[in-house]
Amino acid sequence: MAMLEIKDLHVAFPKGKKSEVEALRGVNLTLEKGERLGVVGESGAGKSMLAFAILNLIAEPGRVSQGSIAFHGENLLELSERDIRSIRGNRISMIFQDPMVTLNPVLSIGTQMVETLKAHRRISDAEARKLCIAKLKEVAIPSAESRLDAYPHELSGGLRQRVVIAIALLTDPELIIADEPTTALDVTIQAEIMALILKLCRDKDVALILITHDLGVVAEVTERIMIMYAGLCVETGATQQIIQAPHHPYSAGLLKALPQFAGRGTRLYQIPGSMPPITALPPGCAYHPRCERATDMCKAQIPPLEHGCACFHPLDQTEAAS
Amino acid sequence: MTDAIVETKGIEVRFPLPTHFLAREKPVLHALNGVDIAIQPGESFCVVGESGCGKTTLGRTIMGLQSPTAGEIYFNGQRIDQMDEAARKPIRRDMQMVFQNPYASLNPRRNVFETLAEPIRHLMPEKTGPEVRAQVEEVLAATGCDPSWQRKLPHEFSGGQRQRIAIARALVTNPAFIVADEPISALDVSIQAQILNLLDDLQAERGLTYLFITHDLSVVEHFGTRVAVMYLGRVMELAETDTLFSAPKHPYTRLLLDAIPKIEGGSFDNPREPGELPDPVNMPPGCPFAPRCPMAEARCRTERPELRTLDNGTQAACHFAE
Repeated sequence: MAMLEIKDLHVAFPKGKKSEVEALRGVNLTLEKGERLGVVGESGAGKSMLAFAILNLIAEPGRVSQGSIAFHGENLLELSERDIRSIRGNRISMIFQDPMVTLNPVLSIGTQMVETLKAHRRISDAEARKLCIAKLKEVAIPSAESRLDAYPHELSGGLRQRVVIAIALLTDPELIIADEPTTALDVTIQAEIMALILKLCRDKDVALILITHDLGVVAEVTERIMIMYAGLCVETGATQQIIQAPHHPYSAGLLKALPQFAGRGTRLYQIPGSMPPITALPPGCAYHPRCERATDMCKAQIPPLEHGCACFHPLDQTEAAS
Repeated sequence: MTDAIVETKGIEVRFPLPTHFLAREKPVLHALNGVDIAIQPGESFCVVGESGCGKTTLGRTIMGLQSPTAGEIYFNGQRIDQMDEAARKPIRRDMQMVFQNPYASLNPRRNVFETLAEPIRHLMPEKTGPEVRAQVEEVLAATGCDPSWQRKLPHEFSGGQRQRIAIARALVTNPAFIVADEPISALDVSIQAQILNLLDDLQAERGLTYLFITHDLSVVEHFGTRVAVMYLGRVMELAETDTLFSAPKHPYTRLLLDAIPKIEGGSFDNPREPGELPDPVNMPPGCPFAPRCPMAEARCRTERPELRTLDNGTQAACHFAE
């Protein structure tokens, strides 16, 4: 049994009085223990929605309208709020984008860490502090003992994100969901933080769902990749395999559009148009208006995800490799 | 080099910080500490660095949105930093700016035509109504905007479309020089390529000169002719783009290049030490990069290295660069 198994997940938001729009339109996903998955897509593709759904955090009036999320065989969607709390922040931790927003500005780092621990464990204050210092050292925060009494504003952005990671690790989770953990940080700090997350996941055999728009970061950190477009997974597979030979025209277009791949003075490949909002999805494959391979079939039917690629006209082996 | 379109000589910008009324010394933030650059016509001169390095302040100071505390700025050989507003007006036609966030830089209550007509009316008062309309239409067509957009408001557009409108606004007075401050970093990957191609095309058609401010080195590698790497208000290295990427001379440049996630993976495998920027208020006397530098010696902490030209034409501010 897979550690996490998501089947046919739909998330819907009401539109007007009677109708609904779907932010996720049937996503399937399995994750084994210790596996690192990258979820890639543009804004509005539904990648954060997926993370929120796993933790039962979809805000009203949105709801999971269909599907199941099994964590060790137990459907998270059927758990009571009390039971989900024993999993959320405990066995599944989350790291969000902006550490300044994640951390409470009026509480010291130590208070916030002890609070997290005490929510999930019966532990004395002294022991909790000791554990917090150990975790701060694990994420390489210099002079960890004194930092415990510091407030978030006294730390730099990189150190703050390290604190957030230390908090996420406090309860020894089996899965960490990281939603754009380095987008608010500088490149050198991003490299530090991603290297740290990668090391911690490897050392402790923690699974990771890394949500990002940055294909470079995904390539560095994850083993498997899931590319999302307009609420659906369009391509999934081994990270390096997809990066070297994408089969879905959207994945191929995204990769070709990266400036790394174009020589200097040459034009970048560009995907025409932009992703449609979920309120105005075209019929059939949502990507067809931007796709140069689209035919009438693409306008009528949604292509199923087969062999890791949801496309009626995928790139063949030679096209994909070029 | 007197044929430079824009030249700065030793510009400094200091921001006074709020002080306690009894304090003897008034703290000052050094945003720019003597920057000398000369941009040749037709260049895409890139400025890279992390947040707080002064790259945006440099762009704003050249544009006259920020007055320098010291130093000189020349535009086509004419000194502009001490001009009054009236004398500067004809020069403003020739230098325009594109900002990072098209959600913030367009007035939400003004339709596209008004947004685009405003700079012409203000800077080219001799133009008649029909001439203004013709000019707006010409620039909309040149930037790939539909003529029907003129009566629409910014909220009706996607991020990429808004950035096209912001570029159109910058071009509407037919400038020769554009400061583009992170023009693509608020956009999705597939849209970034569209905007970069547009900037390339416009440069070819109109002979524009760009000062391109970014934190993204892969964009620099694709787009830039020359690059200045900045750190804490100083230029650390200035080189031709190809030279900078093939033979980086300053240890900070190497750190930046090393931090770029590689699509083949592997560069985040080793943990990295947390790097801290020194306090820009109490700057250390020596090299600003010394606290993070793997090569730093005692000399670096006391004696600030000047920017000097090396054998291969690169300028670097490091005692050990050769």
